[in-house]
Amino acid sequence: MIDKDSTNRANIKEAALAEALQRYAGARGALIPLLQEAQEIYGYLPQEVMQTIATALKIPFSKVYGVATFYTQFHLKPRGRNIIRVCQGTACHVRGGARLLEAISAALGVGKNETTPDGLFTLETVACLGSCGLAPVMMVNEETYGRLTPEKIPAILEMYRGEAVIAAG
Amino acid sequence: MADVTLTIDGKKITVPAGTTVLQAAREKGIFIPTLCHDPKLSPWGGCRLCVVEIEGMRGLPASCVTTATEGMVVQTASPAVLEARRMLLELLLANHPQDCLTCSKNGACSLQDYAYYYGVRGDQFQGEKHAYPVEADNPFIVRDLNKCVLCGKCIRVCDEVQVNNAIDFAHRGFNTRVTPAMDLSLKESEACVFCGNCVQVCPVGALVEKASLWQGRQWELTKVRTTCTFCGVGCNLEVSVKDDRVVRVRGYDNPLVNNGWLCVKGRFGADFADSPERVARPLIRTGARGEGRFREATWDEALDYTARRLTEIKEQYGSRAIAALSSARCTNEENYLMQKFMRAVIGSNNVDHCART
Amino acid sequence: MRDLKEWRQTLQQQDRPADRPSLTVGMSTCGQAAGGARVMAALEAEVKRLGLQVDISQTSCIGMCYAEPIVEVALPGKPRVFYGDMTPERGGRLVASHVVQGVPVREWALIQLPGNASPYEGIPVMPASPYYGRQVRVVTSRLGLTDPESLAEYIATGGYAALEKCLRQMTPEQVVEEIKTSGLRGRGGAGFPTGLKWGFTRSAPGEKKYVVCNADEGDPGAFMDRSVLEGDPFAVIEGMTIAAYAIGADEGYIYCRAEYPLAIKRLKMAIAAAEAKGLLGSNILGSGFNFELHIKAGAGAFVCGEETALLASIEGRRGMPRVRPPFPAQQGLWGKPTNINNVETYANVPYIIQNGGRWFAAMGTEKSKGTKVFCLTGKVKKTGLIEVPMGITLREIIFDIAGGIQDDRRFKAVQIGGPSGGCLPADKLDLPVDYDSLTRAGAIMGSGGMVVMDENTCMVDVARFFLNFTQVESCGKCTPCREGTKRMLEILTRICAGEGRMEDLDTLEGLARVVKNTALCGLGQTCPNPILSTLQNFRHEYEAHIKDKRCPAHVCQALLVYTIDPEKCTGCGACTRACPAGAISGEKKQPHRIDPALCIKCGSCMEKCKFGAISRL
Repeated sequence: MIDKDSTNRANIKEAALAEALQRYAGARGALIPLLQEAQEIYGYLPQEVMQTIATALKIPFSKVYGVATFYTQFHLKPRGRNIIRVCQGTACHVRGGARLLEAISAALGVGKNETTPDGLFTLETVACLGSCGLAPVMMVNEETYGRLTPEKIPAILEMYRGEAVIAAG
Repeated sequence: MADVTLTIDGKKITVPAGTTVLQAAREKGIFIPTLCHDPKLSPWGGCRLCVVEIEGMRGLPASCVTTATEGMVVQTASPAVLEARRMLLELLLANHPQDCLTCSKNGACSLQDYAYYYGVRGDQFQGEKHAYPVEADNPFIVRDLNKCVLCGKCIRVCDEVQVNNAIDFAHRGFNTRVTPAMDLSLKESEACVFCGNCVQVCPVGALVEKASLWQGRQWELTKVRTTCTFCGVGCNLEVSVKDDRVVRVRGYDNPLVNNGWLCVKGRFGADFADSPERVARPLIRTGARGEGRFREATWDEALDYTARRLTEIKEQYGSRAIAALSSARCTNEENYLMQKFMRAVIGSNNVDHCART
Repeated sequence: MRDLKEWRQTLQQQDRPADRPSLTVGMSTCGQAAGGARVMAALEAEVKRLGLQVDISQTSCIGMCYAEPIVEVALPGKPRVFYGDMTPERGGRLVASHVVQGVPVREWALIQLPGNASPYEGIPVMPASPYYGRQVRVVTSRLGLTDPESLAEYIATGGYAALEKCLRQMTPEQVVEEIKTSGLRGRGGAGFPTGLKWGFTRSAPGEKKYVVCNADEGDPGAFMDRSVLEGDPFAVIEGMTIAAYAIGADEGYIYCRAEYPLAIKRLKMAIAAAEAKGLLGSNILGSGFNFELHIKAGAGAFVCGEETALLASIEGRRGMPRVRPPFPAQQGLWGKPTNINNVETYANVPYIIQNGGRWFAAMGTEKSKGTKVFCLTGKVKKTGLIEVPMGITLREIIFDIAGGIQDDRRFKAVQIGGPSGGCLPADKLDLPVDYDSLTRAGAIMGSGGMVVMDENTCMVDVARFFLNFTQVESCGKCTPCREGTKRMLEILTRICAGEGRMEDLDTLEGLARVVKNTALCGLGQTCPNPILSTLQNFRHEYEAHIKDKRCPAHVCQALLVYTIDPEKCTGCGACTRACPAGAISGEKKQPHRIDPALCIKCGSCMEKCKFGAISRL
């Protein structure tokens, strides 16, 4: 079932990309709008997608990559539905920010700037969130969590996993 | 086009309209440093080392992309210009490994030359430096992006001369780097054909020939002009030799033939010259076909043998039993002679060439 | 459509059915961020609950950002009243009092528009209010007062009369002349005369030409273009159409940054509406003139505000500037002659055509004509979007319009022109605001960001902030900008961390000068301005950081010293618990002390102390 679903989703995305390529066929200056649409479809710019666009537009892949890495809007790695940003400020560092990062990394099974295979979480770090009194701190999306310990992490992550299930159901 | 007359460093110079200030200055032997400029490539205007002072113009324009106009008054070495060039060199050196002692480019490096010329030690700024891994996963080119000054000449030569588009700038600002797609190595990208023209235009040690590493320093090399033997085009080479060994091959700037550019074979294929496998004398087979047993012979013996056997075969089986295969390594004249020999002397049209398909 | 005038008259007659009250909520990006949507929902619920016949609609930014969310109440035959700081909770009383009983809630009211009706007592009339009294609203004249998504309202308020005038009565040359007469200069930064630019593009050889609108407003602290695009998209489109007619172009692009989704949405709607009515596309107003307009969404690169980078981006390349000449007027988009102006410049055009270049030239100073829109932010009482005649002084803007400094603290500086601009100190307050005076003073007009700073702002930190911005946004093409911004930022960061040396100041100055002189594009050439202007006007602050290891504004964290006053400390221990570094010690009920070696200067202790015993030096 799951396989069928994911194949289905992949097909839908492929069809959407093909439709976009069709729409821009022969248009000038189509690279950036197409990358934007592809990112809308896939959530990021996978290598194969950039390659497909390069071939379709007859633009060398090296140039497509040059453009994709120039503009901050484009992400070349998948980003999760929830962005976790662990504070690396001085206060958090002193209060075990590094251990916290390790704990989250272990709980998710991904490293810094990586996304879980299920696409739920992306783990990032941030210079300082300015909530030093609550150190160590992390942000999940727009929500700040303070006075964290490695023990508190699973429960917080579970909350977002639960939301995802509800959203999917 | 009409001519314009401008004044550079007090000298009146008349040049055709459309000439850049840099070209005009260089024609009169006035020194202006450049890293990103190459007359054979499109203008870029990125390194800014060629800035000059021009009366009535704001700031210090880059002479390589400024067109000379009538009555223009240019100073190429005013205090502001010198201050700017020194600062720009400081900035480039602040983000450059200072390992000239062992750098392949030592003695032929534009950055080193200019730093010396302007007395810039590169110690004014201490800050972040790039720490890219050096790329050496292919047999031909060593790519050290830490030494790259982002002049972009490699990209332009790849786009405009080789028309291969294998590399481009990626990322931006301080993190800008020249790379194939996906930050792969040249080899991994499968887009690079290793013509090595990028190596030839690189003004610094970011791109160097792998085979030349540790083989000889710039001032120990003798440069010999010759013709490439790989095919009939006849590209002109500048071969650097040390102790009778070929150390490096570059294109010789002959606009009538290859204009200085080379392909992978001409540039990187010179290792055959010193190969122990190279057949340097005629060999005559002694055993059965395929057995691989040969004996050395003199040229006279070998030629006599060949002539005798050709005559025998022709008499016994007819002319069409003989075919000849020629090589792209021969000159066009030699190839011509070969087919002439086959048709006129042997009487066969069975002629072929290794580069036909 | 052939007769616009007739349609306009019909629209004006049926405009705003006067038989029922209306509620209008400011729903530009800032209005929405302040909670405009929740206010609107609450009003809708209240009206429904009471079963009232009331029109509820949205408008754009009237400019009083300090008072968002803003709601307008209009009763038939009565002046329109604008309320500020609205909340969903206030909706009930507003509806009950003003809508139902006809009695405005005076304490929440900001201004009223007089119109033909006699004004309510006790509410300032817009032109006489302190905020609007010195403003002259041309480009912003519709903002907050009309529905930006309605072509009918645009036309009813005089829209497209200018285009009609151009197409029916003026030759393209006459249009160019009219713009020249007006003295309009580019509102995007450098202030190049617009009429001259149009003339160049018009006379450039070539069949195919383009007009491009630069809507890539990326300066931190600037939102003029966003406000105009969100509030009056048709004016920008009309201005571009007139420009196209004048220079002989049949195709145009609006390059808008992707971070402005509402602006892009409204532009798309406006383009579709104009096309549907024959005001855009082929044979506009039956004149035979064609103009096709596209929108390009930027992809996140500040440097694309530079015109050659912008063109590269539209063409689908890396947004790296190239050397000019050739100027876009000669070789622009895809090598064709291209006229590039920014949003505000185009938005001025319909008014100039309609009222004549002389009318426009009568406003402003000798060399800077007309009005300019500014975004007033920072430590002023009233932040917002204002439009003032050129030549007004900084003092009038900051103290008369914006009501002075927050909490009546001391004015320290005003930063004009964003990352390309400079910081002007108090002795420049009487400077007239025009292109040349600002440039002479070391700032620039820029696109119109104006950030006011008070004594609690550290000028070294401000310079560092802007350099951090430009360093991240440098495209990387030219050496001085790519490497120079990095080193300038490193030096400033060092100084802010208390690790600066006096010789750093000379290095910084020299480096800034070289970057300014040698960088390829405007971004690089102007990015040292925040450093040069603060070094010039606030050198003593740099010296305090370096020599005394002290940040006079108490901003630079590394230089702060936290101490506990033993007289005031009760030994409650709240600070000890708050300190993340374990730097505070002391017996219970005894004065505590902070170990400076352990203190990380986060300020948590100071926030927690109820007795004001902790001070920061």
